[in-house]
Amino acid sequence: MTDQDDRIRDPWGPRTPHAAGTAWPERVDQHLRDGVRAEDVQRWVRSACVLCSNGCGLDIGVIDDEIVGVRGRADDRVNRGRLGPKGLYGWKATDRDRLTKPLLRDDDGHLVEVDHDTAMRAVVERSRSLLERRGGLSHGFYTSGQLMAEEYYTLGVIGKAGLGTPHMDGNTRLCTATAAASMKESFGADGQPGSYDDIEHCDALFLFGHNVAETQTVLWARMLDRLDGPDPPALVCVDPRRTEVARRATVHLPVRPGTNVALVNGLTRALIHRGAVDHDWVRAHTIGHDELAAVVEPYDPARVGEICGIDPADLQAAADLFADARAPLSTVLQGFYQSHQATAAAVGVNNLHLLRGMIGRPGAGVLQMNGQPTAQNNRECGADGDLPGFRNWDNEAHVDELAELWDVDPITIPHWSPPTHAMQLFRYAEQGSINFLWIAGTNPAVSMPDLGRIRKILSSEDVFVVVSDAYPTETTALADVVFPAALWGERTGTFTNADRTVHLSEQAVDPPGEARSDLDLWLDYARRMDFRTRSGRPLPWWRTPEEAFTEWVRASRGRPCDQSALTYELLRHHSGIQWPVTEEAPTGTARLYTDAVFTTDTDRCETYGHDLLTGATVTREQHRALRADGRALLKAVEHTPPPGSPDTDFPLRLITGRTVQHFHTRTKTGRVPELERSAPRAWVELSADDAGRIGVVAGDAVRVSSPRGCIEAPVRITEVRPGTVFVPFHYGEQAANELTLTAWDPVSKQPQLKLTGVRVDPVTTPAGTSTAQQEAAWD
Amino acid sequence: MGLTVYLGMLHAAERTLAESWRLVADGHAAEADLHHLGHLLGDRADARVARLAPLTERYGERYDDEPERLEAEGLGSLREGPLGLLRDLQDLYLLASFVAMTWDLVGQAAQATRDREALDAVAYARPQVRNQMGFLRTRLEQAAPQALAG
Ligand code: SF4
Repeated sequence: MTDQDDRIRDPWGPRTPHAAGTAWPERVDQHLRDGVRAEDVQRWVRSACVLCSNGCGLDIGVIDDEIVGVRGRADDRVNRGRLGPKGLYGWKATDRDRLTKPLLRDDDGHLVEVDHDTAMRAVVERSRSLLERRGGLSHGFYTSGQLMAEEYYTLGVIGKAGLGTPHMDGNTRLCTATAAASMKESFGADGQPGSYDDIEHCDALFLFGHNVAETQTVLWARMLDRLDGPDPPALVCVDPRRTEVARRATVHLPVRPGTNVALVNGLTRALIHRGAVDHDWVRAHTIGHDELAAVVEPYDPARVGEICGIDPADLQAAADLFADARAPLSTVLQGFYQSHQATAAAVGVNNLHLLRGMIGRPGAGVLQMNGQPTAQNNRECGADGDLPGFRNWDNEAHVDELAELWDVDPITIPHWSPPTHAMQLFRYAEQGSINFLWIAGTNPAVSMPDLGRIRKILSSEDVFVVVSDAYPTETTALADVVFPAALWGERTGTFTNADRTVHLSEQAVDPPGEARSDLDLWLDYARRMDFRTRSGRPLPWWRTPEEAFTEWVRASRGRPCDQSALTYELLRHHSGIQWPVTEEAPTGTARLYTDAVFTTDTDRCETYGHDLLTGATVTREQHRALRADGRALLKAVEHTPPPGSPDTDFPLRLITGRTVQHFHTRTKTGRVPELERSAPRAWVELSADDAGRIGVVAGDAVRVSSPRGCIEAPVRITEVRPGTVFVPFHYGEQAANELTLTAWDPVSKQPQLKLTGVRVDPVTTPAGTSTAQQEAAWD
Repeated sequence: MGLTVYLGMLHAAERTLAESWRLVADGHAAEADLHHLGHLLGDRADARVARLAPLTERYGERYDDEPERLEAEGLGSLREGPLGLLRDLQDLYLLASFVAMTWDLVGQAAQATRDREALDAVAYARPQVRNQMGFLRTRLEQAAPQALAG
């Protein structure tokens, strides 16, 4: 057992090294309120952590209807008992500063406390009148990656079968849209091919833009236990910063931000030139090899070295490690996802594995990571605009299946064009054609790019903004109606982590005051709106989380994310089960594509695909003509320079990211004393070179400005790539997104949050004096 | 040879397409995707113009006696609002489809004359222009419901 000081000082905890192919040892972490001993706990309630996409299994300790601590579950496949700093201390936020009463904006523009019925009546009144006058297209929903599967599915049904609006997305657009998009492009459907168990079996680990040591601390602990054991895997790290991962790496490729596609093209070319392609496998299980080879051919090491700002020998070394590996495992995250050619770069990683046939075997796999704990559910259940069960909006037969399931006319279900992505949704609100916007469990007034613009939209008279949240946030302050929401531990539901592991999280305590779960809020809204099926049944007809779950798994039957044999009962006996869970695979499935048959059959696939450069959709006829028929697609595109790149006025490049103690906009983590104390405010990371040029030393205040805004924060000198500035994105008062640009990847529509041209000035110096010096040394 | 007229026409149309992309990119800059992609696709059109240069040098480019009867129209001035955006993109689509068809026909001629350099240029240009049309169609279909019925 480790005490709390350890986890702040050492976020990864003590090592339990082990050899390749052996099970990851247990190590149980526990943290209880001061003075409470384990034996005092009256009830341990089964759950999992919701503070990142890892989904570590844990039990919530309860005394007298109060949460008093957590304990990792030793039998859980994800963490084997471990918890990181957020998991261990995060529960402490549950009883601080909570919203307990609904709020309604009165005629004077003040948010005043009202009862639930008054608040919901105001919502329904506005929604009804808009629906009558303007139809479903006037409604939009923007949710989170932190709700439960039951809630996403229910909202999906209300939006698609009740209101008939395609305007629905989650903040998952900002974090994992590219994971989904890249898997759809390569394999025909979303669905993580690999498994965390691959860490135990791999002999080479490739981390592409994935600062796992900070984003998923327990996953990094798992990797460290291999790295510190006998026969450790080689480690390749692609990251402009010299992170903890980079420090442990066999090869570190500190690429210039915005050049990932050039890098993966270079790696692909190197594999081909080394003769490392498994041609028999590629012929049998993929299409597109020759076109791919032609696209990557110009990316020789020297040219890639120049574009990416890395040593060509290091590129070659990384490619050699991949070519020689018996079982390479790759993971991909925000460094790739929040860039301008995000999908193309992530697809490039899939290609490396496909070219060597390194997929679907223990140790050989791809993990296109998620950021948030329940992002996967948002994608599966259709709250990100996609159709539930990874169905294809462009396939009439898939739409008919849903219409049948929901007993509605297929024409109600919006499927005439791709679902509206978050950035477009806010654009419609800005233009006044979306007038009703329901935001649940997310804080776009801090997390969206170009905040000035987002605040203007949310405060506009023309948009009726409903927000449900557990805490007052920058976004609730701008709402017309605020509902207090129940938190994790105060409601029951399931969620799925980045390697398809489903956990049940049971309600441990009652929510405070009038707080309710989002499921209850949406069901109440739907009842009052009186949505009906064709046969006159209320839509949705379910009332409890378990009923909602049963409906959801029914909708997943026969699809790639089939969970039709999964029940609450099963989840109460197994700590974490990986889907698909079917009659044939009642205890779950470790890896997808073990038979190298992909989801690319035209009638079965989730998408017909896109042109990676423009995002143009491939039509059904074009897809059929490809005759992919279960073979994976090799796709590539040339590198293009990112929009918003540094120029003479803004000569440095801003990247934003997470820090180990915090999650998102700190709504929860900022209220946990241990986490808050260790990282209370934002900072600006500069290389020693840049700091010298700007004339600042560690601790000095600087102003970071872009064409859109500026923030001030103290400097830290780190080993960040010269020319690159890092700012953590969690902080509302010094929000990195005051600076970022509105731009997104053409396929995944994920905003490009990492490539903004900025300038940095000492705060004491009037802006405008040091640009020339900064610029002089750049490229 | 009629090919010289067609090369001249293609040259002019590609230039118009490049300008029109940039016009849309800047004129509809609030549509962030169009802003960034418009400039990129305009640059692509420039690159295709460059690929035409050796051919026009070799064959010469002749403008027809009545150029206005052959040349494709550019966007002229931009329209405003969601409906205006729809119409502008539709015009751009027409222009791109004119360019695509012209490349196709130049390709036919290149086959007939067994002109490898011309065939290479066509192979380079044709998928690009088709992609631009694909993008415009996708973007139009996305924008239409909200612009027309929202
Ligand atoms: S790694 Fe993620 S899921 Fe696990 S305890 Fe930490 S924050 Fe929670």
